[in-house]
Amino acid sequence: MPELPFPLPPLPTVSQVVFLMIAVLAVLGSLAVVLARNLFHSALGLVAAFFGAAGVYIVAEAEFIGVSQVLVYVGAISTLIAFAIMLTRGMMFGATSPRNRQSGTAAIITVLTFVVLMALTRGIPWPHAGEPIVDGQLIIAGLGHAFVNEYVVPFVLLAMLLLVALAGAIVVARDRK
Amino acid sequence: MNWSDAVIQFQYDLGAPQELSWLVEGITYFVGALILATASLTLALLLIWITRKVISRIQDRIGPNRLGPYGLFQTVADAMKLLSKEDIKPTSSDTVSYAIAPVLAVLGVLMSLAVIPFGAGLIGADLSVGVLYLVALGSIGIMAALMAGWGSNNKYALLAGFRVVAQLLSYEIPMVLAMLAPVLLVGTMSMQGLANAQSLYLGPINLGLGWFIFVLPGAFLIYMIAALAESEQTPFDLLEAESELIAGFHIEYSGMKFAMFFLAQFLNSFFLGAIAVSLFLGGWQGPFAGQVPLLGPIYFLAKTFFVYVVIQWIKGTFPRVRVDQMMQFAWKVLVPSVLTLLLAQMIIMKLPLPMWLNAIFVLVANIVVVVVVLNVLGNYFKREQVRSKRAFEPTSLIGTMQPVHPSSGD
Amino acid sequence: MVPLTWYLILAAFMFSSGLFATLGRRNAIAVLMGIELMLNAANINLIAFWRYGVAPTENLDGQIFALFVIAVAAAEVAIGLALVISVYRNRRTVHLDDLDILKG
Repeated sequence: MPELPFPLPPLPTVSQVVFLMIAVLAVLGSLAVVLARNLFHSALGLVAAFFGAAGVYIVAEAEFIGVSQVLVYVGAISTLIAFAIMLTRGMMFGATSPRNRQSGTAAIITVLTFVVLMALTRGIPWPHAGEPIVDGQLIIAGLGHAFVNEYVVPFVLLAMLLLVALAGAIVVARDRK
Repeated sequence: MNWSDAVIQFQYDLGAPQELSWLVEGITYFVGALILATASLTLALLLIWITRKVISRIQDRIGPNRLGPYGLFQTVADAMKLLSKEDIKPTSSDTVSYAIAPVLAVLGVLMSLAVIPFGAGLIGADLSVGVLYLVALGSIGIMAALMAGWGSNNKYALLAGFRVVAQLLSYEIPMVLAMLAPVLLVGTMSMQGLANAQSLYLGPINLGLGWFIFVLPGAFLIYMIAALAESEQTPFDLLEAESELIAGFHIEYSGMKFAMFFLAQFLNSFFLGAIAVSLFLGGWQGPFAGQVPLLGPIYFLAKTFFVYVVIQWIKGTFPRVRVDQMMQFAWKVLVPSVLTLLLAQMIIMKLPLPMWLNAIFVLVANIVVVVVVLNVLGNYFKREQVRSKRAFEPTSLIGTMQPVHPSSGD
Repeated sequence: MVPLTWYLILAAFMFSSGLFATLGRRNAIAVLMGIELMLNAANINLIAFWRYGVAPTENLDGQIFALFVIAVAAAEVAIGLALVISVYRNRRTVHLDDLDILKG
């Protein structure tokens, strides 16, 4: 039996089983994004991957991020992408391949990246358990506190960025005729 | 005491071994979820019956009255009919999204049950982000509408899907901001925490009347309007504008799948009412709810059914708004007013005043915003009324295909 | 508890898929989807390192960065899709292979 890059625990706990299920959803979703010929199916795969990521955050006890992830990614970004796909749907079907001319090189680069990343995760004594979180309310309070204290300038800049992006998107996408 | 602790303790008392704690917890939550989901599916039948009864009373009819007492089993028969219908799948529809969409629609609605506090200790999971969780579930409904519209391969379904998505996204913003008002007041997003905060102690006795609607009537009003739009109820039921879009994004669905969309819509309006109750109308709080725990769920359900009947009353009385009116109302009326409301509330709550004075100031700010909004709306509808009356005058050119003269004023 | 390595492997896989979608897909919207996948992978790592770091209740930097990434991704996708739609309106294509008028 080949040696795995990580030691398998003897019996998975409940959270590990949940994580594995979520991970399978995320992996299948990302594969659909890459491989689906129908672009709308790619978008559905993207939604699955977003849900998977949200589930991973919730397993990691970052509920606020997980819920924000669903709210922003599934609610707004996937919807935007689906709208864009429908507006340009003349490009969806047809005899052309979904991959471009450099997809062979891209595949090699991708596999290399994955291998390198896997190699990097080997050999480092990563912790197997974090410190227990007693009160989830404290995290949310801490986030709010951080956003108006040490991170106030990035926060305001972010608000401006969102405003500019909103206006810019309207200006760019508007039909000038 | 939390219900899950009670059930877990019960299993241990029956002789469940301590080593299998994960199995015991799993059984507990599974049974809880099973009861809630099954109950809500049967609840949908009752909701449809209530809707039909209320609307027929408003329209001076009797409504269903043949099957069972007061026609209660009419909806059961209808459900039977829907379930036994042939499941027609349109040719060249997108199979994946066509099949998943109704499941997602029901899933997004049912999942909100997890954080609704039915009583003291009667909550599926008291998440620390409960309010945000409820908001996030709305995006599953958006996805479902989009998938149904796209998957049906029907241009009316697609148009209705676009419309629904635009409506849900627009009204999500005022709804979230209005839900933020009680969160700001209490400083927690946990639904049970919000329900607990709405008590009112007179000495040692909990009167349970510290409802946030008494402090935040403006936020409540805006929430209810946005919730009407979110649950696709009249006056915002544009997605099923029969004259324009036939029946909405679920036009190509039949049988079981159609029943699922139908169910999702009715349950959604009920649950949005339940959220309104737990955020603004005191949740399970009420007189003596602290002393007699059984009163909690009764109060909660009574209030929720009351809100549901009010929603049906609105459904029976209001005309449908136009698409442009719907969008304008969200972005030009609701969002600015709820932002003003929140800003005023934040400033007031930072003032160094005693709590009761703060509450009074917040109430005043709310009333001012409500009055202003109602004024704006009243003027708008008055103008609209004048405009539509003028359309029927003999000199009117509306609908005559004549070029409108620049000086005619219409 | 879930080992940290699992998070890292999942994130690496999502990042690689996103990379391939970005480099190898023909449709501009698919490329944007790939970028979203990569940002999500980065977020998973941020959250995982926050969770397994020292005193996760006090050191919230990982969560804060994740929130920043989410917000920036929303802005990026809005602009990106606006550009795609604008290009589609002018050139009737969103295939990146065909958008080569700057080629000498």
